[in-house]
Amino acid sequence: MAQTAAPATTAVPAITPISLKAIAPWAVFFGILMLVLLYFVGAEQGATAVISGEGVHEWVHDGRHLLGFPCH
Amino acid sequence: MNSISVRALLVRGMLAGLVAGVLALLVAHFLGESRVDAAIALEESHSHHHDGGEELVSRTMQSTAGLATGVLVFGVAIGGIAALVFCCALGRIGRFGPRATAALIAGAALLTVYVVPFLKYPANPPAVGNPDTIGRRTALFFLMVALSVLLAVAAVILGRRLAPRLGNWNATIAASAGYFLVIGLAYAFLPSFNEVGKDFPATLLWEFRLSTLAVQATLWVTFGLVFGHLTERLLVPGADAVTAGNSGAGRAATAAG
Repeated sequence: MAQTAAPATTAVPAITPISLKAIAPWAVFFGILMLVLLYFVGAEQGATAVISGEGVHEWVHDGRHLLGFPCH
Repeated sequence: MNSISVRALLVRGMLAGLVAGVLALLVAHFLGESRVDAAIALEESHSHHHDGGEELVSRTMQSTAGLATGVLVFGVAIGGIAALVFCCALGRIGRFGPRATAALIAGAALLTVYVVPFLKYPANPPAVGNPDTIGRRTALFFLMVALSVLLAVAAVILGRRLAPRLGNWNATIAASAGYFLVIGLAYAFLPSFNEVGKDFPATLLWEFRLSTLAVQATLWVTFGLVFGHLTERLLVPGADAVTAGNSGAGRAATAAG
């Protein structure tokens, strides 16, 4: 509405931010899900373990080293 | 309507992260694997006790399917998180369009999530690192990442607060200086580790660490460009007008609402 008053200007029109209330449920659910994924790639069966054994650690071993995580 | 665009952005972020993961995987495989193999060869020639037991996962699997799992899952996960950050940052960090916002977030993430923690706790190849300290090293590495990310968020908020008084340029310099000052204090006071064996080749260590940096740079640059392209098409009216003619108008109306 405010932008339409000056259509000739070359300035980039400001973008309306997405309300934080709309982001919150997505951020909580998917944020935690993504962090769990990162945990399994980066740290599981290294310093701490949810699953016993060495399978996860051995499977992502090279990825862990080359992504910069402390591996062993 | 907003929540639809959050979902659309999240999907695009994870897709862009997957694409970035594929390129990072190529870099990791062709640049990194030869160094990992060389380090493992050294490790085996030096260890006097041989376990004799069968390997749980063969080296071939580790360097192909295992590496792919790690890097691609990492790509999708950081893509999703970066998309959520993008949702919060869009329209709040100054007059940047979607493409520029995506590029800024990717650049800032490379710096704060990887480069800054890496300068204090660099990546180690196999054969480097004492297994007895893995707990402390892991905790301090993640502490450094968390500290760096939280400080960066604080610096952005501080910069936006200072902008009306100092102007955008000086506010950005002041906030960045604050970030690097606190990071410098963390570098100075957090414990360091030097667990590189005396006979571990310096060149191999350097090349391994450079290749991990190349992996992360590839990942974040690709993510920034792909995600920027996708969000620009989603959110900016007429961004693809050259190729799609008037068909962008309908989508633009839904995205703007």
